[in-house]
Amino acid sequence: MDAALDRRAAVNALLRDRGELLVVSGLGSSSYDVFAAGDHPANFYLWGAMGGAAMIGLGLALAQPSRPVAVITGDGEQLMGLGSLATIAAKKPKNLAIIVLDNAHFGETGMQQSHSGLGANLELIATGAGFPSVSTIADQAALDAFRPKLHDLAGPHFARVGISTEHVDRALPARDGVYLKTRFRRHLGYPVS
Amino acid sequence: MTVSDPPSPAPDWPLAIYQALKAADVRQLCYVPDAGHSRLIRLAHDDPAIATTVLTTEEEGVALSAGAWLGGQRAVLLMQSSGVGNCVNMLSLLSSCRFPFLSFVTMRGEWAEFNPWQVAMGKATQAAFEIMGVTVFRLERPEDAGEMAAAAARLAYDSDQPIAVLIAQRMIGAKKWTESR
Ligand SMILES: Cc1ncc(C[n+]2csc(CCOP(=O)(O)OP(=O)(O)O)c2C)c(N)n1
Repeated sequence: MDAALDRRAAVNALLRDRGELLVVSGLGSSSYDVFAAGDHPANFYLWGAMGGAAMIGLGLALAQPSRPVAVITGDGEQLMGLGSLATIAAKKPKNLAIIVLDNAHFGETGMQQSHSGLGANLELIATGAGFPSVSTIADQAALDAFRPKLHDLAGPHFARVGISTEHVDRALPARDGVYLKTRFRRHLGYPVS
Repeated sequence: MTVSDPPSPAPDWPLAIYQALKAADVRQLCYVPDAGHSRLIRLAHDDPAIATTVLTTEEEGVALSAGAWLGGQRAVLLMQSSGVGNCVNMLSLLSSCRFPFLSFVTMRGEWAEFNPWQVAMGKATQAAFEIMGVTVFRLERPEDAGEMAAAAARLAYDSDQPIAVLIAQRMIGAKKWTESR
């Protein structure tokens, strides 16, 4: 792969000065990266529901139109929910960004090559699905240029971040889904029933 | 009833469900279309207070419903029985996080079915929900629609339960293959 950002550094940079950002992370390494960038009640870490991250982001973005929402997920996770790119593009939520950390592999399960490593072009798929804003992030400059889009409420945005397959240690967020849900809703001001 | 009384019209069950969803403050409705749901889908599209989302596959609606709840809104998923099998793994999201969930499912393959390809999943629909912990109601009579939708919504959103209402094919009526457009 030509583009090879460090995944932790890339996610850390995207989430710097995160402000009002609400974050949903895809199962496995993406959740570890988002947690390693700093635990936050406005993070909803997935540990399963593979293929569902982008759609959780859509439901959240529609419910909270004044808050920017970022889905940060892996290529394998997004590939399982490719149809959701068409669903999101049809709905066009201005406050949603889908960010795919693309190492061209299923890292969590032993680094098998994924479709993006075998020729699938995720930017073309997102463009074809109808995303009005599609970015390729291959270096620090592109990362810095993209970051304001996370907050501009002028989406939906799609970005593919080319990351390296270099090993990074796991950083494990809480796994209790009820806790994560309740913490997130309380952050938005919804009382526990 | 005297002979001169007009026959009472069949209850407008999609309207009854829509009114129950409005009373429960449902703000998002997503669907993979089915002919049996077309009136309810139209009612939602005509309502500016409900965000409608057309899905490419039914499990997207499970994830969307969870996201809506995270953001403080109530969502509902409409599908036909064939779509329930598509949802199985995504339904684990509901029990992992105790998310409320409400779905209305038009049944195929169970009553005067013309298409044998609908039968296998129709037979397995209730079991597919139940193995994943979803509570199933069956709506058999149009006059029960409003009350059952209200009870299902209450149980889902106030008691954090995953609920599916299966709408009997006998009640919806057989698909008319000769109908012109
Ligand atoms: C439905 C389902 N199928 C398969 C798996 C196993 N699985 C867990 S993570 C993963 C791959 C994730 O790959 P990617 O999103 O690219 O993340 P990476 O670890 O490479 O960053 C797979 C296949 C699963 N958890 N759920």
